[in-house]
Amino acid sequence: MTKLTHFHGGLKLAPHTLLAPIIDSSLPEELVYPLLQRANNYALLIVKLGERVLKGQMIASANSPFTAPIHAASSGIVKAIEARIIAHPSNLADDCIVITTDGLDEALASSPCFDYQQETPEDLRAKIHHAGIVGLGGAAFPTATKLSTEQDIHTLIINGAECEPYISCDASLILQKAEEIVQGALILQYILQAKHCIIALEENMLQAAQALQKVINTQSIQLISVPAIYPTGGEKQLIQVLTNTKIPAKSLPAESGFICQNIGTTYAVYQAIIQGLPLTERIITVTGKGINQPQNIRTRIGTPIKHLITQSGGYSKDVQRLIIGGSMMGIALSSDEIAVTKASNCILAMTSDKLENKPAEMPCIRCGDCATVCPAELLPQQIYWYGRSEQLDQCQDYQLFSCIECGCCDVVCPSHISLVQQFRATKGAIIIKAKQAEQANLAKTRFQNQQQRRAKEEQEQLAKAEKRKATIEKMKAASLAKKKSL
Amino acid sequence: MQFPATSSPFTPASNTVNRVMLQVLIALLPATGIMFWLFGDALLIQLLLACSTALLAESCMLWLRKKTIKMHLLDLSALVSAVLLALAIPTIAPWWISVSGTLFAIIIAKHLYGGLGYNPFNPAMAGYVFLLISFPQQMTAWTMPFDVISSATALDYTKTQLGLGFSVYEISTSPLFGYLAGKDWEYISFAYLLGGLWLLQRKVISWHIPVAVLLGLTIPALAAYLIDSTRFTSPLFHLFSGATFCGAFFIATDPVTAATSNKGRLIFGLLVGCLVYIIRTWGGYPDAIAFAVLLANLAAPSIDYYTRPKK
Amino acid sequence: MLLLCLVFLLLGLILGYAAQHLKVQGDPIVEQIDALLPQTQCGQCKYPGCKPYAQAIAQGAADINQCPPGGEQTIEALADLLGIEAKPLNAEFGAVKAPAVAFIVEQDCIGCVKCIPPCPVDAILGASKQMHTVIASECTGCELCIAPCPVDCIIMVPIANKPSLWQWSATHHD
Repeated sequence: MTKLTHFHGGLKLAPHTLLAPIIDSSLPEELVYPLLQRANNYALLIVKLGERVLKGQMIASANSPFTAPIHAASSGIVKAIEARIIAHPSNLADDCIVITTDGLDEALASSPCFDYQQETPEDLRAKIHHAGIVGLGGAAFPTATKLSTEQDIHTLIINGAECEPYISCDASLILQKAEEIVQGALILQYILQAKHCIIALEENMLQAAQALQKVINTQSIQLISVPAIYPTGGEKQLIQVLTNTKIPAKSLPAESGFICQNIGTTYAVYQAIIQGLPLTERIITVTGKGINQPQNIRTRIGTPIKHLITQSGGYSKDVQRLIIGGSMMGIALSSDEIAVTKASNCILAMTSDKLENKPAEMPCIRCGDCATVCPAELLPQQIYWYGRSEQLDQCQDYQLFSCIECGCCDVVCPSHISLVQQFRATKGAIIIKAKQAEQANLAKTRFQNQQQRRAKEEQEQLAKAEKRKATIEKMKAASLAKKKSL
Repeated sequence: MQFPATSSPFTPASNTVNRVMLQVLIALLPATGIMFWLFGDALLIQLLLACSTALLAESCMLWLRKKTIKMHLLDLSALVSAVLLALAIPTIAPWWISVSGTLFAIIIAKHLYGGLGYNPFNPAMAGYVFLLISFPQQMTAWTMPFDVISSATALDYTKTQLGLGFSVYEISTSPLFGYLAGKDWEYISFAYLLGGLWLLQRKVISWHIPVAVLLGLTIPALAAYLIDSTRFTSPLFHLFSGATFCGAFFIATDPVTAATSNKGRLIFGLLVGCLVYIIRTWGGYPDAIAFAVLLANLAAPSIDYYTRPKK
Repeated sequence: MLLLCLVFLLLGLILGYAAQHLKVQGDPIVEQIDALLPQTQCGQCKYPGCKPYAQAIAQGAADINQCPPGGEQTIEALADLLGIEAKPLNAEFGAVKAPAVAFIVEQDCIGCVKCIPPCPVDAILGASKQMHTVIASECTGCELCIAPCPVDCIIMVPIANKPSLWQWSATHHD
């Protein structure tokens, strides 16, 4: 019996879990794929306008560790490569590949592998990279890059601690594909050569735990249930709970020998290695009081959200917000024309009674409740005061960038201050300022170099002119002397 | 379909300022009840004067500062300051004492510094100190419980008698004394303790400040008492006299003016407790909660700076 | 009395020595002012570059509100540094414009190299009779290349509002 510890802070939230079986999404008319990926890196377009693509065909390749290839989720024609509004908090438009589906769903031939242990970990990683697999827990970090860590990994944690309210895609996937998930975990463990493998579930995911327990028949995988406290699904919080190891503020779990992978990612790894299929679909929970028939839908990546809404019985009367993600960290979208990406785990349509009842903000009364619940052990109220008064250095002193934007402080604040938004704005201001300083320094350096170069050129010109003058004088003197001697 | 794009989280907030203040007022009910039982209708008149002055002053200041009056009035913070002040002053004080004290607390100590959340000093204590220094006669004219004969409080009496050279034992035989401290006054302390424990249980306040204040008072008191029990009163006497429990649970815990982090709060509380002991024993005033809290309020920003989380 | 005079004489000598041997080279305030300027080197402030403008401010010859690329942010930072009141941008020196970079329309470029010397940060690549191009990542948007072009083929393209450049803004406060 593993002894579990607690991470600092956190909240017990009403889970609003939807335990519905997974249904398949119908084929949408259009599939939209943004090229923008993590850390403002773009995938490289490799198809042309008007080209016919097959399901599973790579349409954009990856040329940096922060990008992963994109594959078409169905067969069709590349109708456009244009700016469409993307699932991003800015709700701005960016370049997207737009495919009109032809209804045939013709797939590229797949290359299944029956015994993965015959392959080297490097080859398996390359397969995962080619399959375009990214973290499906919401962060969409390229999995192959994560697995290519140079650190020695002793523990692989399969993160099934679906802690955010409303999201149940992982729980429903476990009920349907428990065996495949365990296979995926074993493949990942093999790639990492990790001694231990833990599958972590929240303690209220009883059916999922049963389903997994039935298929785990090896000693190397442990199934552990963790208390349902938000945000226990965060990597650092989960590692703390399972192993009582604190990952330091600016370091990655890999540096302490841990790698976490989401349940959905693990299943995608199974599909990529054993079935030879690239990542083209994922489970999305479509829920909220604003939806008539909440569902867990197996969705093709690139499907416009309104297609999923229609398949879920449409909106109910009082729908106020469309959110991609859960109710604590989701992104509010301006339109349902936006398409889902690999990072989309939940579509949440909220009505006014479930929304944060935001009366106007009151002044901060310094009650300290925010610090009590902060899982990153920060002092949110100090960061708030400094952020508001634009004292950006002090904000960084108080470790602003260690904030995971989980929203715990925001929810408990009695003055209803939009803390998460303030922190995001402050982080943005710091980033913009740093960028401006970098550009100014670059311009200054180039200007100074130019000044120096021109001064040098001028000096050389002057020196040349002097030399020429001296030579002419010499010649003049020489010819005069010659004349005299004649 | 189009939607507004706002920031996460999208979960209803669980607490309000209003609810915090309301619970503080409820926690003050035992003490109010005991004081009413001991001192009669005069207390209610003081409460009425202080509360109405507070609400009026707050409305005027909010209007002058162009803020939404209804929302800020309903946060009940002005009422809390008014009630604390009304409970702190002698019940037979003239009407202009509670009115001027409240006006000072709300207008000067609270709004001129920026209103709720911006004041560096506890408004109720600032008002009390203003009254104590400006009108010392009226502010020290207490009556005996159940009576209208004026008398000193147990703390007051102890201080003067110690100054005259009497020993603690001799002083404690006076009829002013009950079981642990001043006769009948100790019930007020119990009432504050009860209210404070209820606030702790409801998680409205955290244990750090009250425990630190009481420790900060008890430890020096115990040390002094053990060294010389004839000249220094016992820790229990200190705990149950004057406004110790009121200060520990209701005044020092005012979140706006206290330190921020838990470590900081412990230091803040210890500072308050020690200052209370020092001022009571060697200072010029018999009770010291107000001064101790105001001095600690001064130190709060520095305490915050030195207890901030390091990299 | 005599002792006092001797003490003051000694102090005076120490101060004199310090003034000579501990002298700081250059004027630190000029460096500090220059660090706050955007380094566009555009000359809109009527000085040939940001450093000369910084020197002028330090000497009191120029006001702090003459820099359009710096905008309100720079004026406030300068006011903060020098301990004076911030003031609005002086319209005589130009208006605040949206960030933009220069772009050479290749169909019209004649390869005359007239735009290359005016660029203060060497952001234009080109040679005689060869196509010229602006290195967008180096361009500061100073617009000094526009006037010298004899065929008016340089335009300013505003920097697009893209998700990768977007940041959250704070809520409105009472």
